[in-house]
Amino acid sequence: MGILIRKPGMLASFQDLGRSGFARFGINPGGVMDTAAARIANILCGNPDGETVLEMHFPAPQIEFTAPGFFALCGADFGARLNGSEIEPWRHCTASKGDSLVFSRQINGSRAYLAVRGGFNLNRWLDSGSTNIKAGLGGLEGRALAAGDRVGFQRNTAGFGVPTFRASSRMLPMYGPMPTVRYVAGAEFELLTEHSRRTLDEGLFLVSPQSDRMGFRLEGPPLALAEPIELVSSAVNFGTVQLLPDGQMIALMADHQTSGGYPRLANIIPTDLPLVAQLGAGNKIGFHPVSLEEAERLFIEFERDLSLLRTACKFRLDAID
Amino acid sequence: MPMTRSDYRIFPQGLDAVTIDFGNVISETLNDLVLALAARIDETPFAGFVESVPAFSSLTVFFDFSEARRANAVETTVFEFVRAYLAKSVENLQVSSSGSTRVIRIPVDFSAEAGPDLSLIGESKQLSSSDVVRIFTSRTYRVFMLGFLPGFAYMGEVDERIATSRKASPRTRVEKGSVGIAGKQTGIYPLESPGGWQIIGRTDFELFTPHAETPVALNAGDRVRFIAV
Repeated sequence: MGILIRKPGMLASFQDLGRSGFARFGINPGGVMDTAAARIANILCGNPDGETVLEMHFPAPQIEFTAPGFFALCGADFGARLNGSEIEPWRHCTASKGDSLVFSRQINGSRAYLAVRGGFNLNRWLDSGSTNIKAGLGGLEGRALAAGDRVGFQRNTAGFGVPTFRASSRMLPMYGPMPTVRYVAGAEFELLTEHSRRTLDEGLFLVSPQSDRMGFRLEGPPLALAEPIELVSSAVNFGTVQLLPDGQMIALMADHQTSGGYPRLANIIPTDLPLVAQLGAGNKIGFHPVSLEEAERLFIEFERDLSLLRTACKFRLDAID
Repeated sequence: MPMTRSDYRIFPQGLDAVTIDFGNVISETLNDLVLALAARIDETPFAGFVESVPAFSSLTVFFDFSEARRANAVETTVFEFVRAYLAKSVENLQVSSSGSTRVIRIPVDFSAEAGPDLSLIGESKQLSSSDVVRIFTSRTYRVFMLGFLPGFAYMGEVDERIATSRKASPRTRVEKGSVGIAGKQTGIYPLESPGGWQIIGRTDFELFTPHAETPVALNAGDRVRFIAV
């Protein structure tokens, strides 16, 4: 009982909020690219925020429910259809045994998330369901989905129907092909020339085709440090923007390595990182500085919205459990 | 070696990570300090702490922002709370020279087939391949940090006479177990991977055992001897 993958799509993998606790061993956390979408999908299903979800790119998989399913789709809108009927993202849905979930077109965003109530039945590695493709571990056999894969649900949700419920649009990330994202200055930001600092805030940077789950290469007017600097390696984080030797930037994404040695110009604030996670090659990105205090305030507000949604979902789901 | 305020810099890396940096150098003394601080934090973590990641001369603590804020009743910024915690943790920190006294012996095949860059290094340094191997194996190396790949240990320092920069163009495929040199650092690829280090040999020694309780063989602070086989 669960899902059967009819067609695999491109690089669909199981991810959670990351495999924490092992970075000191060089084992990177991985996890979903768009944490807001994955968390909201789980909350809509009454799951803990960190339950493992399926991260899909376009073309997305064709999925058959081999058991009734209670699920939510969040993140990118890939024109989902359940047995031919369109279904909206950001709300929960139910499927019957034999139903087919397909994605027809890329309407916006680059990564969609499927959460099921109770979660998928996967072998966890180092206490996480995230797929580490490089190591070939975690998720489903450490790899992207293939045709014929079957993945069970941890919980039977047969007969589990509730009045449809949607996350309020106020809390949804405002995805677009050219977002301006806010950042807090990084450790080496002050070393940029005056001119480069202006360029960072005023320029538009193209997401290069050499972008993946590890990092997004950004192409734009080159930036320069006032004095060159060689840094010894230190730990890096999801959302860190580094300056490469050729003056171009890279934004470290979910599958970033645990450590790095390039100058750290900026950290994209966590409430805007989902906007970056939804970009694809050819999209553009602008930067706007904010204080750390402002970044914390925005994140606290977002967390408050998530807890309101959690309470509302729990109330509805408990009533029929 | 108690620290004073001016000896380090503390800065945020996102909202869920704070780094304390003791200086942009590779030194055993600073690395000892980093490891001692990591050990102290593991013993007395703050509520919301997730993990600490030691590097050459810095330590980064990762935490759950919301949990840290709530459980510690933070009234300032969470960064300021963690900054103060780190500053306090580093006070009167007792540093023994390297917490670890382990010496791990690693057998290495230094044949031309296993070490495709061995002869190149020899040529550029006007040494025979066996000289390079002799110089390389005559030292005990220290593990400064793990990173790059699961279980990949950054070790140093390689003798000046054989220290060689990374390849200008990285290989798309370096075999698992390959022993490499990058400048004065040495390391072993735990998995097959693209990579730019100069490959001088190969070992069967398993650095990464994914399902073991401790999934990696080497740890920061360990000492390593390479044995030619």
